[in-house]
Amino acid sequence: MTYVSLTPFDLALAAILLVVTAGLSLAFRLGLERTIAVSAVRMCVQLAAVALVLKLVFESGSSLATAAFALMMLAATAYEVGSRQERRFQGAASYLIGGAAPFVAGLIASVFAVSAIIGSEPWWSPRFLLPILGMVIGNALAGVTLVLDTITTAATRERVAIEARLALGASRTDAMQDVLRRGLKAGMTPILSAMAVAGLVSVPGMMTGQILAGADPVDAMAYQVMILFLIAGATGIAVVLAGIAAVMLLTDDRHRLRLDRLTTVKKTE
Amino acid sequence: MPPLSFEVAGGECLAVEGASGSGKTRLLRAIADLDPVEGLVFVDGAERGEVPGPQWRRTVRYVAAEPGWWSDTPRACFAPEAIDNGRLDRQLDHVGLTRAHLDREIGVLSTGERSRLAFVRALQGEPKVLLLDEPTASLDPGSAALVEEQIRFQLYAGRIVLLSTHDAGLAQRLSHTRLKLPKPRVVHADGAGAA
Repeated sequence: MTYVSLTPFDLALAAILLVVTAGLSLAFRLGLERTIAVSAVRMCVQLAAVALVLKLVFESGSSLATAAFALMMLAATAYEVGSRQERRFQGAASYLIGGAAPFVAGLIASVFAVSAIIGSEPWWSPRFLLPILGMVIGNALAGVTLVLDTITTAATRERVAIEARLALGASRTDAMQDVLRRGLKAGMTPILSAMAVAGLVSVPGMMTGQILAGADPVDAMAYQVMILFLIAGATGIAVVLAGIAAVMLLTDDRHRLRLDRLTTVKKTE
Repeated sequence: MPPLSFEVAGGECLAVEGASGSGKTRLLRAIADLDPVEGLVFVDGAERGEVPGPQWRRTVRYVAAEPGWWSDTPRACFAPEAIDNGRLDRQLDHVGLTRAHLDREIGVLSTGERSRLAFVRALQGEPKVLLLDEPTASLDPGSAALVEEQIRFQLYAGRIVLLSTHDAGLAQRLSHTRLKLPKPRVVHADGAGAA
């Protein structure tokens, strides 16, 4: 099997489908034409920029450029998780947890993968490290968003019950254990569902890409299984890190519930 | 709230009175160390800040006006050793309840039953100080009389009781000292003491 390179003309052909969608929006007066156009252009520009930057990083083979790209991912992750919280911690804590938890977990899983499993030389070779890191962080990010949202919402709604436990002499870990457990479960659910239906409902994106690019489906499957294991492991670590951090921030060293550290913001989509 | 300073001896009751919003709940919660507030609180010479929070709250027990539950039935919200203790039957009986109430759904229990269960729950572990926020507000006259009798019993046993109430009669009958909080302005408790 050979790799079929796509020309700009091929991409323009694919875009016809999007024009049809925009036409439907006009016909049904959905008012989405503008959004469709903007999203499509934005997606092209973003992906083109990333592709160009990745090309540069791959060609340079520089550890510094690799680290810089990874840090850019960290910043984007922090913003993405932090800005999606309806109840944010005062200061930058939501952004710090949102960036640090997926990034640290993603780094652990990716470095483990490239050094122990793939054995790329050098271990930080951007061609292997960055795509894996991106995929793992992207999924861990979804889990962390859910954990933070679940814990801050539950703590706010169940304030009376949590404080009743504290008032009876429970420690903050005891008083918050139900809330923490619920948060961790919520954070793990998407990746567990994704693993359960992988291949049945949808062939995961990476595997599809590899098959289209000419890889043997069995090889593509092996990579996909590795990635799913990495994602599940990293999400687990990220979710636990974020959950514990959230519980610690919602309580203080006197074992008091500190909902005053939360501010409610209108959710941004 | 203006700066406050007071002492309450063992076996004595202080009634905290004042209009809604005057800071009665805030004062009791501050003494239980449930909110960060400046000021010193001593029990038997030990200052609040020197004792770990959970240990302090096992000694200084706050009972909210609207009690919290974290399970479907009250049973799981009692410590297992309290459930096994035969004294629990007597304590429930004294406020007009039975062990059967421990297994009813929280949502099925009346406000008064939940309030009395929370009162009994707060007695477990022998706290030295009871901070009762509106202990009889949600009770019918009969149940209120039972709870009032039990508060008196706790005073006989040497406990310190601080209670907030709108009921001047209750304050009159139970308390040795009455503390009237002024009408609400800026709420800020500053220095509360129980000895």
